[in-house]
Amino acid sequence: MHPMADNGLLESVLRLVEKVDGGTDSQDVAADLGVDHQVIVGAVKSLQALGEVISAEQKSSRHWELTGEGREIAEQGSHEARVFNAIPDEGLPQNQLMKMPSGKVGFSKAMSNKWIRLDKAHEGGPRVFKTVEAIEDTVRDKLQLVQKGQSAKLEDKEKNELKKRKLLSEVTVKSYWITKGSSFSTTITKQETELTPEMIASGSWKEKKFKPYNFEAMGVAPDCGHLHPLMKVRTQFRQIFLEMGFTEMPTNNFIESSFWNFDSLFQPQQHPARDQHDTFFISDPALAHEFPQDYLERVKKVHSEGGYGSQGARMLYKLAQQEKFTPVKYFSIDRVFRNETLDATHLAEFHQIEGVVADYGLTLGNLMGILHQFFTKLGITKLRFKPAYNPYTEPSMEVFSYHEGLKKWVEVGNSGVFRPEMLLPMGLPEGVSVIAWGLSLERYVDTHI
Amino acid sequence: MPTVSVKRDLLFEALGQKYTDEEFDELCFEFGLELDEITSEKEILIREQGDEKAEGASDVVLYKIDVPANRYDLLCLEGLVRGLQVFKEKLEAPRYKRVSPADGGEPQRLVITEETASVRPHAVAAVLRNITFTQERYESFIELQEKLHQNICRKRTLVAIGTHDLDTISGPFTYTAKPPGEIRFKPLNQSKEYTATELMSLYKTDSHLRHYLHIIENEPLYPIIYDSNGIVLSMPPIINGDHSKISLNTKNIFIECTATDLTKAKTTLDMVVTMFSEYCEEPFTVEGAEVVYPDGRLCVYPELAYRTETLSGDFINKRVGINESAESIAQLLTRMCLRSEVSGEGDLIQVEIPPTRADVIHACDIMEDAAIAYGFNNIVRSTPRTYTIANQLPLNKLTELLRQDLAAAGFTEALTFALCSEEDIADKLRKNIAETRAVHISNPKTTEFQVARTCLLPGLLKTLAANRKMPLPLKLFEISDVVLKDETKDIGARNNRRLCAVYYNKSPGFEVIHGLLDRVMQLLDVKPGRNQGYHIQAAEDSTFFPGRCAEIFSCGKSIGHLGVLHPDVISRFELTMPCSAIDIDIEPFL
Repeated sequence: MHPMADNGLLESVLRLVEKVDGGTDSQDVAADLGVDHQVIVGAVKSLQALGEVISAEQKSSRHWELTGEGREIAEQGSHEARVFNAIPDEGLPQNQLMKMPSGKVGFSKAMSNKWIRLDKAHEGGPRVFKTVEAIEDTVRDKLQLVQKGQSAKLEDKEKNELKKRKLLSEVTVKSYWITKGSSFSTTITKQETELTPEMIASGSWKEKKFKPYNFEAMGVAPDCGHLHPLMKVRTQFRQIFLEMGFTEMPTNNFIESSFWNFDSLFQPQQHPARDQHDTFFISDPALAHEFPQDYLERVKKVHSEGGYGSQGARMLYKLAQQEKFTPVKYFSIDRVFRNETLDATHLAEFHQIEGVVADYGLTLGNLMGILHQFFTKLGITKLRFKPAYNPYTEPSMEVFSYHEGLKKWVEVGNSGVFRPEMLLPMGLPEGVSVIAWGLSLERYVDTHI
Repeated sequence: MPTVSVKRDLLFEALGQKYTDEEFDELCFEFGLELDEITSEKEILIREQGDEKAEGASDVVLYKIDVPANRYDLLCLEGLVRGLQVFKEKLEAPRYKRVSPADGGEPQRLVITEETASVRPHAVAAVLRNITFTQERYESFIELQEKLHQNICRKRTLVAIGTHDLDTISGPFTYTAKPPGEIRFKPLNQSKEYTATELMSLYKTDSHLRHYLHIIENEPLYPIIYDSNGIVLSMPPIINGDHSKISLNTKNIFIECTATDLTKAKTTLDMVVTMFSEYCEEPFTVEGAEVVYPDGRLCVYPELAYRTETLSGDFINKRVGINESAESIAQLLTRMCLRSEVSGEGDLIQVEIPPTRADVIHACDIMEDAAIAYGFNNIVRSTPRTYTIANQLPLNKLTELLRQDLAAAGFTEALTFALCSEEDIADKLRKNIAETRAVHISNPKTTEFQVARTCLLPGLLKTLAANRKMPLPLKLFEISDVVLKDETKDIGARNNRRLCAVYYNKSPGFEVIHGLLDRVMQLLDVKPGRNQGYHIQAAEDSTFFPGRCAEIFSCGKSIGHLGVLHPDVISRFELTMPCSAIDIDIEPFL
């Protein structure tokens, strides 16, 4: 980009900078050192790369410069002056004068300046004669002023006239205002990029200058793996349940019989959730076997005389088979499935979070209390409850939390007290209530990590 | 959850009060309803069919209200208003009464013949006398039937409702079943007669009716109701006759419900008559109709049965977690249309369940209503004193620990679906589907969900394909369940927790995957070695490149494979680079 400057030049620049207080313009430096301005620009950039040796502020200035023709005139005189000087006292034939390089332009200018006259009737053809003894070549004088960098002595009108004659042009020059930096010195030391073991061993780091870091750049990404965000949220929920004393249920059986999935949950035979449209049914293996026979009979009785999958049915049944009932708190977070076509808002499988408490004398107030604690651990403190309908819980409550961002209440989960029709056939003692709630893990992935 | 759409101004007029949207939303919430949307016919048309079609449509404000699936008594404006007014104690719940015909006339009679037994054996009927319709009431009446058809009637499979202008027909009516070729009548809104066979093909293209054809289509006999002059009232559950159709000017309505489920038929009839008897000359009275069964039994409908349950205030207080007197609980229940009073014996409360509340089955349903009237959000929230020690499921605990360490080892966790296509676990992995022990789904909506996965590899390879543009190497893992057929389980299948990882780069990186195995085994505290340790030995597996696959043994038991994937597998998953993989069962390490 810029010519590499050698150390000699760099140090010459530094010496010049040292002499002036308040700084100097790179153009002046170029003039002083008698080198092209671009070379000084390169030197400034090299010095900047060394750290705080100098500080250089870029600035732009406009100035007048001679064109090629302008330079020629400054050197050899204006065309009209050259024409004038070429004419001897006895005159010159016009056709001979016109053959001069400046002939045409010089002739008409000299004519209009009334420096010369044309005798058309002269014998031997038209002939040109001087009309004055001497002339003053002001054009050349002006151009020489500009060449010396004294264009300020000319009036704008004069400069514009010369510009019109294409002898002058106005150019913008980018230059630097150079001042001493915080670590100014007139000698150049090479900067090191990094500290090396050798420098530490030899102690040479003490004398070295180090190239500054660019703290604006991004770091290099660490070479590591990541956990899936949704699974991280699952870990959070698991942790919350464990903190609250809930035991994890074994729910690692994605395939469940209609009996445990629907019948035991008091899901009516004609409930829409049992539809082919909503539930995946298995063709191979098609049938389940080995149900607890007496329980099955009791469930059948409830259904004939008298959704959505809760994972808890099997565990509650197991609980009821204990000799003496002991209170429990269970949770599970696992995949559930529904027959959907995938799109941005529908998933055929998602993660259901479920909490269940079974004990004597649990109240609806208890369910709200435990939900309050659960959601508080998630950072959700504003809760309210809406009456709702689930086939297997009564009462049923939808849980809403106030979303500060959306400025409205949004549903965050579903909850309820299991119906006695579901619990009694399992053999749970009367007086034992089971409260439960469920929510979908996928909902929370945006809000928590 | 059914959604009822009502005109806002009409609703407020009926409620005798204007609400802001927020106030009404609040009232709904408290009562267990949800103000789902505030819109207008015009807005709906614009959304569904574009601006042009909506031109000139009504911009009367509509409230769309979500109603719980078991509250059939709230499926129309009339029911909603009655429920809310009673709840706000501005109205006493009306008492619905079945009456005999005025002037000692004979009740209407519907005779069921035995032919119906094979197709749709039940029917109930009732009469609404001297009703006054307005345009809005008429629309609401039609709309309620539609809502009931979609919900309690389970899309007309269980129950179908027919309503007729009684003054255009004359009883007794006969409910019978006939071969479709022998049934011929002019159906609702058609200009000529059709046989039932012709109707079935006519309605094949009807956007609404075609959904019901399957209910009787393949039956040898179709249900049909005639009046005494042979005029067809309806061919349930498909269509009514045109002759008896009701209009704004209809004064007397004959209602029949035919059904495969008698209980649901009775409930449906009760709902229709309780909701609209409000507009009869003598409000809330319904004229009974006789139904004669093939065996000669005679029943009078509608049942409009009230039943009384007795429960204690203590029961409700204890279940809800409040402390109210029996009198105040009785008052709460009365606000839910369950007229209640204290019996005088202890804290016992007698609760009368009206015919509109078919959802009240058990004492817990009554308890819930008391809680709603008390206000769920007024109940003091308290922590249960249930003391328990938490336990993690050992399999999940192991999974959690391994996941952390695999991520620390530089692999990124993927989460993939447990269901996939047959192709994913068979053809694409160069396996035979019969050998996979896969559980097959009988009714998937798309081929993406034909089977439960038998290994985690296809999910990871699909994830690689979706992330091909990321800088190499790609290193992914998943620890999750696959499903395998298993005769020894009651459901014939079991989950199996697997660990799978893939390395995808310009070179296969077998050593990287092998190194991961070594790290996993180190974490599981299994040392390299033949007997009590782990080792790998060359194996043939069609998914892997020949000579580049090994079987993994731990304590002498095969736990999985690792190796470089077969190039065909790589290209079938639309990948282009070499890839090595490991797939092991982690359950032996519990």
